Amino acid sequence: MYNSRKIIIGLVIFVLVAAFPFFINVGKTAQPLQLSLNTPTINQLEKKECIESADYMRANHMRMLNEWRDQVVREGNTVYTSSSGQKYEMSLENNCFQCHSNKSNFCDSCHTYSQVDPYCWDCHNGTKGAGLKQ
Amino acid sequence: MKVWFSLLAVIILALTAWVGVEILHLNTLFGIIIPYTAIAVFIGGFIIRVVRWGKSPVPFCITTTCGQQQSLPWIKQNKIENPTNTWGVIWRMVLEVTLFRSLFRNTKTEKIEDKLVFGSAQWLWFGSLVFHWSMLIILLRHLRFFLNPVPGLIIGLESLDSFLQIGVPLLYITDVLLVAALTYLFLRRVMIPNIKYISQIADYFPVLLLLGIAASGILGRYVYGVDVAAVKELTMSLVSFKPTTSTTIGTIFYIHIFLVSSLAVYFPCSKLMHAGGIFLSPTRNLANNSRIERYINPWNYEVEKHHYSEYEDEFRDKMRKVGLPLEKE
Ligand code: HEC
Ligand code: HEC
Ligand code: HEC
Ligand code: HEM
Repeated sequence: MYNSRKIIIGLVIFVLVAAFPFFINVGKTAQPLQLSLNTPTINQLEKKECIESADYMRANHMRMLNEWRDQVVREGNTVYTSSSGQKYEMSLENNCFQCHSNKSNFCDSCHTYSQVDPYCWDCHNGTKGAGLKQ
Repeated sequence: MKVWFSLLAVIILALTAWVGVEILHLNTLFGIIIPYTAIAVFIGGFIIRVVRWGKSPVPFCITTTCGQQQSLPWIKQNKIENPTNTWGVIWRMVLEVTLFRSLFRNTKTEKIEDKLVFGSAQWLWFGSLVFHWSMLIILLRHLRFFLNPVPGLIIGLESLDSFLQIGVPLLYITDVLLVAALTYLFLRRVMIPNIKYISQIADYFPVLLLLGIAASGILGRYVYGVDVAAVKELTMSLVSFKPTTSTTIGTIFYIHIFLVSSLAVYFPCSKLMHAGGIFLSPTRNLANNSRIERYINPWNYEVEKHHYSEYEDEFRDKMRKVGLPLEKE
């Protein structure tokens, strides 16, 4: 090989960049995501269920909340009928946070893990029953 | 024909992943084995290609230049276009790789009223620049799946990219740019007759495959909803070599990474290797110093020489006998 020194340096850089996530993580144990469902309201529930199935909620709660926001603020509808026929109020504070009152151990821990930063908390309080930030 | 074949190939790839996960439930195959294989083929293939290039000699100093070369002290040298040392070459290469300067010089020849007219044509440069930069930013943003905790740089990039705050999940600007640029690059090939004439499957397929990857990523993010937390558990397990499967991730994600894996395998066998090739292009990576340093062709064989003094040593006696003049008695 001609110019082998330069080419090998280049290839080493390439491998370091291309496989960089492997080099950083090798040997570490991937921390599993931990979510706490341990809140007073959820502990009182007979059936530990969210307003829709947990799988559906994990993948779709953001679209659902976005839809709710439009429904409430623009259309004035406030009632959500779940796929099981249950009726819920379309609200963050009066719905999600009634049960998931542990925002920092539930919503936030998952969002930090997946690197999402909902800007909702600029205005919404994220606590049970409380209204918007002043 | 070639367009349809490429399109069909991408559709078949996507369907393969769909059938494999949705019907046959081969989550381990599509979530672990294929991605691992693909990255190994990608890195290994890339190295093989570069080493093979390294083995071919460059007989001449054939750098391309388009600026004043180094000359008399009062003539200003264009150090970027006509570098004479390694630093100049590095600088030129950096600008080439980040800004595609040689593509910027693209010209178009047209016949306007019986006259041949040359004009600059920068749309190709613009389209490919937008595409490459969007893809780079998307790949960097994707690092959030592979690093825990996510570094601030990636977080910053992500919030910058989504600062328009449209919809939920927030729309990324680069997603729009990527699709727009790829669409332009594809339409350019099918709409302009002379470019269509020289286009091959190897030209259409990568563009369509990238469009397929972008489409599956975008559908997963904005339409179907991918359980991102579960994806991250999968990707983190992959990069720490303790793979686990998950059943809660939607099929659209498996289509996405199957197409990405296909791209990774296809990469070293295709024109996409220009990513590595640019650094090995003699016209770009040589300094124009052929009047300063001697360029030795690596092909040159040893020329056997027989110096006069050796000749005289060999024939001294005979030369003396016939009275020829000798340099050394
Ligand atoms: C009636 C109480 C209740 C309400 C109201 C509620 N949740 Fe839940 N949620 C639960 C329970 C209980 C679970 C655990 C379900 C399970 O594991 O099957 C859960 C699970 C979830 C999960 C999945 C977590 C995991 O472990 O995968 C998400 C995401 C979620 N909820 C978000 C929300 C959001 C967003 C709202 C508001 C729109 C909301 N929840 C409203 C009780 C509730
Ligand atoms: C600029 C401040 C602001 C931001 C940011 C914001 N909201 Fe709101 N939101 C409001 C206001 C004001 C209301 C109306 C409150 C009312 O009518 O009582 C509201 C109402 C809502 C409602 C229905 C009422 C309720 O009690 O919850 C939902 C659901 C909602 N927002 C969701 C969201 C989501 C999800 C986000 C983030 C993606 C978000 N909002 C971001 C200000 C904001
Ligand atoms: C199992 C993990 C998980 C849990 C638990 C969770 N989220 Fe999320 N959430 C996500 C992910 C992942 C996204 C981003 C989705 C994407 O980028 O496709 C998201 C996005 C959002 C968004 C949209 C923000 C944006 O910028 O896209 C809102 C609003 C939101 N979550 C609210 C909540 C609330 C409120 C809770 C608690 C009641 C909660 N989430 C719990 C994983 C979770
Ligand atoms: C050539 C490489 C790739 C390209 C061009 C690409 C492109 C995209 C695009 C355009 C999106 C839309 C949303 C966004 O911009 O973040 C996306 C989303 C996504 N991609 Fe990729 N991707 C690539 C590789 C990968 C790899 C290797 C993985 C993981 C194994 C992956 C996993 C995902 C996931 C999970 C989403 C959904 C993200 C969300 O919902 O926020 N992608 N991809």
